[in-house]
Amino acid sequence: MRIVFEKRQSISRKAQVLVPVVSLLLSLVLGAILLALSKANPWETYVAMAKGAFGSWRNFSETLVKAIPLMLTGLGISIAFRMQFWNIGAEGQLVWGGVAAAGVALFWADRIPAGLLLPASLLAGIIAGGLWAGIPATLKAWIGVDETLTTLMLNYVAILYAEHLYYGPWRDPHGYGFPGTAQLPPAAWLPRLGNTRAHLGLLFAIIAAALLWFIFKRTRWGFELTIIGENKTAARYLGIDIGRNIVLALLLSGALSGLAGACEVTGVSHRLQQGLAIGYGYTAIIVAWMAQLDPIAILFVSILMAALMVGGDQVQMMMGLPAAVGLVLQGLILFPLLAGSLFTEYKLKIIRGREKATTGGQV
Amino acid sequence: MIDLITSLLAITMRAGASLVYATVGEIYTERSGILNLGLEGMMLMGAVSSFAVAYYTGSLVLAVLMAMLVGGLLALTHAFLTVTMRANQVVSGLSITLFGSGLASFLGQRLGPAENSHYLVGLVGPKFTPIAVPGLSQLPLVGPIFNQDPLTYILYLLVPAAWFYLYKTRAGLELRAVGENPRTADAMGVDVVKVRYLYTTIGGMLTGLGGAHLSLAYTPGWSENITGGRGWIVIALVIFAMWNPARAVLGALLFGGINAVQFRLQAAGTNIPAAYLNMLPYLTTIVVLVAMTWWEALSKRIGAPAALGKPYMREEK
Repeated sequence: MRIVFEKRQSISRKAQVLVPVVSLLLSLVLGAILLALSKANPWETYVAMAKGAFGSWRNFSETLVKAIPLMLTGLGISIAFRMQFWNIGAEGQLVWGGVAAAGVALFWADRIPAGLLLPASLLAGIIAGGLWAGIPATLKAWIGVDETLTTLMLNYVAILYAEHLYYGPWRDPHGYGFPGTAQLPPAAWLPRLGNTRAHLGLLFAIIAAALLWFIFKRTRWGFELTIIGENKTAARYLGIDIGRNIVLALLLSGALSGLAGACEVTGVSHRLQQGLAIGYGYTAIIVAWMAQLDPIAILFVSILMAALMVGGDQVQMMMGLPAAVGLVLQGLILFPLLAGSLFTEYKLKIIRGREKATTGGQV
Repeated sequence: MIDLITSLLAITMRAGASLVYATVGEIYTERSGILNLGLEGMMLMGAVSSFAVAYYTGSLVLAVLMAMLVGGLLALTHAFLTVTMRANQVVSGLSITLFGSGLASFLGQRLGPAENSHYLVGLVGPKFTPIAVPGLSQLPLVGPIFNQDPLTYILYLLVPAAWFYLYKTRAGLELRAVGENPRTADAMGVDVVKVRYLYTTIGGMLTGLGGAHLSLAYTPGWSENITGGRGWIVIALVIFAMWNPARAVLGALLFGGINAVQFRLQAAGTNIPAAYLNMLPYLTTIVVLVAMTWWEALSKRIGAPAALGKPYMREEK
């Protein structure tokens, strides 16, 4: 008797829904075991996390603050991933977005009319993020350089450059040695929702999600990108210019991450400082992947992942447990999800006796 | 001047040892065709677990074994997900990093003794100290090579052995074949799945050991983010070394050297922004990647595994 994986005729809808749900439950069980082992009450911890993330409008708004950059970068990444372009450079693209937005807001405030300062800053962030993603895209399209590694390396270049700016030439001279730029002029502040820290970036993310949904469901360009991802040979037969599409798609991908960075700077911190590159660009890869690259699902998965972070912070404050519990849970969801995604495309088949496997590979 | 170079070499070697362990490990993993971006998580777990074991048992040997066990288990998870379950290698690796760094941070605040409110931060445990080889360690220039901690001395054997194994043995040939063309290797009778599991796990054990060098020798003790991004630097160093264990040393020394020079420059009060120096390894890596791809023929000779990152599905021809 052998167990083989047999490729399904079509992707299983049931598995597509079931696998993420089971993964979430499994991660909560595994997390509970870990909490119990470290002498914390799992139930109380989970309740505290849920309350911390969703318990009040104030708490939920903090979850949104963390969800917005995940949404925007997650959407950006999803464009690249659809073409099987492994852009893991969202972190660097986000940082460049923040740098460019802060630069415009700080140094061009006297040249740009106050009413246009915020749009100009955001636009600068969008352009900077897009161009930064354009570098690995061009290298890939022209020479075929592996994008996984170049995008990753460029993250460090971007982060180091941003650090150089706010520790060095851009440092606030009146900041008592605090590493960060001066505060941006209020004209460049992104409006916030009520008296919370959640900002208009949420609206941008929703618009971007709708736009991507439209592009991929309704336009020829979206179709071309999908074909490139699924079958490059077929794309070539159809006369699709793969190189050009890679560059265009990556400009858009980076632009969204750049917008995320610009929103962080103009909406949350109001200055360029330490704490911009805290891994949103990496978590967003996981968000995009969990959402199976569906733009609308990305919005909700972002909220879930952000809730785990905010919930983690809350249990640290209220129960003295390490905030990292949220990160551990994030990681724990992924393992069953990664393992389970096989079942959307394959099914298990048990073969008895000498019956021959027709399409299955031995495991 | 000679004194300066000697002391730079001493700092460089101390900073570089953990990088060499992880780089050699990842070279073996990637040679089998598996890209493991989980290094940062595995190093952090190696660092925290080995420090905890050293603190409670007083045994450095047990501590090192623990780091290898933990690193190996995380890498085994990666192998299971990517080889058996055919998960995306990038996403799986990132998950290992996310989970490993989260868990390391969690454990660092839970494993400590009650009187330190369960924190491991700030505790002093047993550590590896440099052992000077009489006579040799007094030599100018090369003296520091003979005044290292035991984990670094082990590298003097490990690196040549790793090189020899990869290029001069039958098993090494099979490993390279699997990374180059799994289908041909399969036809030759090599068990692709077994090879990928084996070397991914070995890579994780070495990476865990690299983490242990940080918390037991280089900066003894546990602190959040003790790796400071070393796990990512290693990804760059593997390319820089062009997948050759012998060259891993050069890359690690270059990076460690940049750290050391920067330290000196700051001490001397010069004004060259550290950021530009720190960018060098990453920029160099990009240049290496571009050059490698440009000269496809060259790439064959220097041995980037052609099947790196691609899952092997026996049934899908």
